[in-house]
Amino acid sequence: MNRCAVIGVGQTRYTTRRRDVSLAGLVREAALRALEDAGLTWKDIDAVVIGKAPDLFEGVMMPEAYLADALGAAGKPMMRVHTAGSVGGSTALAGASLVQGGVHGRVLTVAFEKQSESNATWALSTHLPFSASLVVGAGGYFAPHIREYIRRSGAPDHVGTLVAVKDRRNALRNPYAHLRIPGIDRAMVEATPMLWEPIRYLETCPSSDGACAMVLAAEDRLTGSVPAWVLGAAMRSEPIFRAGRDTVNPRGGRDCAADVYRQAGITDPRREIDVAEVYVPFSWYEPMWLENLGFAPEGEGWKLTESGATALDGDIPWNASGGVLSSNPIGASGMIRFAEAALQVRGMAGEHQVDGARRALGHAYGGGAQFFAMWMVGSDRP
Amino acid sequence: MREVAVVAFAQTRHSAVDEGSSEPEMILGPLEEVRRATGLRRFGFTCSGSCDYLAGAPFSFVSALDALGAWPPISESHVEMDAAWALYEAWARLQHGDVDSALVYGFGKSSQGDLREIMTLQLDPYYLAPLGLDQVSLAALQASAVAADRAELDEIVRRSRAAGRANPHALDLPDPEGEEFEVAPLRPYDIAPITDGAAAVVLAAGDLARELCERPAWIKGVAHRIEPHYPGMRDLARSASAAAAARAAGAGKGQPDVAELHAQFSHEEVVLRRALDIPGATSVNPSGGPLAANPVMATGLIRIGEAARHVMEGRAGRAVAHAAGGPCLQHNLVAVLEGGR
Repeated sequence: MNRCAVIGVGQTRYTTRRRDVSLAGLVREAALRALEDAGLTWKDIDAVVIGKAPDLFEGVMMPEAYLADALGAAGKPMMRVHTAGSVGGSTALAGASLVQGGVHGRVLTVAFEKQSESNATWALSTHLPFSASLVVGAGGYFAPHIREYIRRSGAPDHVGTLVAVKDRRNALRNPYAHLRIPGIDRAMVEATPMLWEPIRYLETCPSSDGACAMVLAAEDRLTGSVPAWVLGAAMRSEPIFRAGRDTVNPRGGRDCAADVYRQAGITDPRREIDVAEVYVPFSWYEPMWLENLGFAPEGEGWKLTESGATALDGDIPWNASGGVLSSNPIGASGMIRFAEAALQVRGMAGEHQVDGARRALGHAYGGGAQFFAMWMVGSDRP
Repeated sequence: MREVAVVAFAQTRHSAVDEGSSEPEMILGPLEEVRRATGLRRFGFTCSGSCDYLAGAPFSFVSALDALGAWPPISESHVEMDAAWALYEAWARLQHGDVDSALVYGFGKSSQGDLREIMTLQLDPYYLAPLGLDQVSLAALQASAVAADRAELDEIVRRSRAAGRANPHALDLPDPEGEEFEVAPLRPYDIAPITDGAAAVVLAAGDLARELCERPAWIKGVAHRIEPHYPGMRDLARSASAAAAARAAGAGKGQPDVAELHAQFSHEEVVLRRALDIPGATSVNPSGGPLAANPVMATGLIRIGEAARHVMEGRAGRAVAHAAGGPCLQHNLVAVLEGGR
């Protein structure tokens, strides 16, 4: 397998409505920033891999056909990935795969969502004939899983609040973050309405417009920019309706993490990983994924959160960027995790940089907690 | 590149009408068939192609995992494109060298909606979609630019439908007749039929391919190219991207015995023959092609499967397969398959 590195990262500012740009303008903004970071122009790119969540979110079917021009793809190979909420991560992995497989030397990978073009809860709630629709959107779907986690682990009620406060405080250090709430504290979160027990308004992710892009390169196609080396990459999927699956601690997530750790030579994630960008769309998913990804024993993830270990000054910072809780252009959210992990090991995360980060995990999940995409990036060439 | 081959291919008996089965039910048959043919139940990688807008609901691929019985969890991805591109992603994944087999599938039920109108939603939402240009009208623009001889188009349809009648998986459609236009210069029979169906392919690398299949259809080259979206930016009479993909895949290095082309309109075959430089002696779309069965999102993968089948069954030494996406052949993929151990 050929080595692959991230040599350019570009993000748009995440916000409720980008009225000033079209879909094409949005993706192009992120792509141009990634090219600039890499010190490249359109002609230096061999192929484009684009991803986004359901097309119903913007009402444009297979928009890659239309976006080919804006992304300089004309005359080149272009692919479109869609794996539900994990798609931003899967898109990065599909791009990296082309480099690792020796098919291309430099790939531009882009993910976006312009949620202001429609209503995500509506788009997620349509259903096929003969199957029940819950008409609850993502929060209503995941709340019962969270309640089951609390029941199993005996976690105290305030753990979710702690995550919401921590991630939003981190977001204040990230100029691209959507939700920037000065002075956010527990009292502010606890004063917001309960949306889906136990998820309060400020414990849920926003709906954002935004795009993220990365330039991925083979070892012999690096530029002067600092590379973030891909040390491990994996995807896992499991069926949504399988009776025996554990939706609280899904096997797909555990297997995916184990695969990435094996490739990267990680045996103790908490000690050997310096920073993690993990898909936490509802506050309680931090303790749940801490266990699923092996950072804490089962039932004890909430203790890590409560101890402050996952804070920016803790021993294993999670979501230093503010995470999905602070910015959620759905189709891009996974790629932002992957890109923020790369920025950390490149030492380019600005005010939310974790000092001396050498190994970082990027994580995304989607569907009914059944699609997983992860990678580990590092500052040292593997 | 690492040697990768198609070692199994299966498809549904495609239907022109909704037969009441869901998408997961449709793919069950082809999945079981390729599993039986290879003896494999687990694959190193799985990738599928489908389109949410055909089902009118998000995540049309999610329930397919239940048909797959993806347990323990599998290494899997999905493209919102024809499954030919899922095959491309799987081929790239097999180049890594750590896994040796891949399952690829695609499915579509275009009987559920008005395909012509649905495809309009694929256009630039600011400048093209508001014009209300439907898929057939756009194709008619291209047909006008191609200005193919009516007798040539009629012969393409006659040949395709006759081949389709001989193919148990394709539709039974009569010889073309009638003078009326659907959208001039296209007649109703120039247009691929509304079709429900699914298909699956198994790819294997190196020795595993030789072990699983008497005569693997080796992928000697596979490449794809997209071109500008706006019809006005292109010379619609020719397909620069199909020609570029064919060059990149090495299609010109030998004469193919068989070519399976993703031509959803009769004039597209004329454009593609020229772009891929298909010799007159080559048998084009012996399966009947999309004009005899067009299960959208699987149609391109079926071209690769059909071409591979000719090689695997020893009826062709070299075959070319083509898949397309986007309005007026905007995006084209070409694969070259060869026999031999």
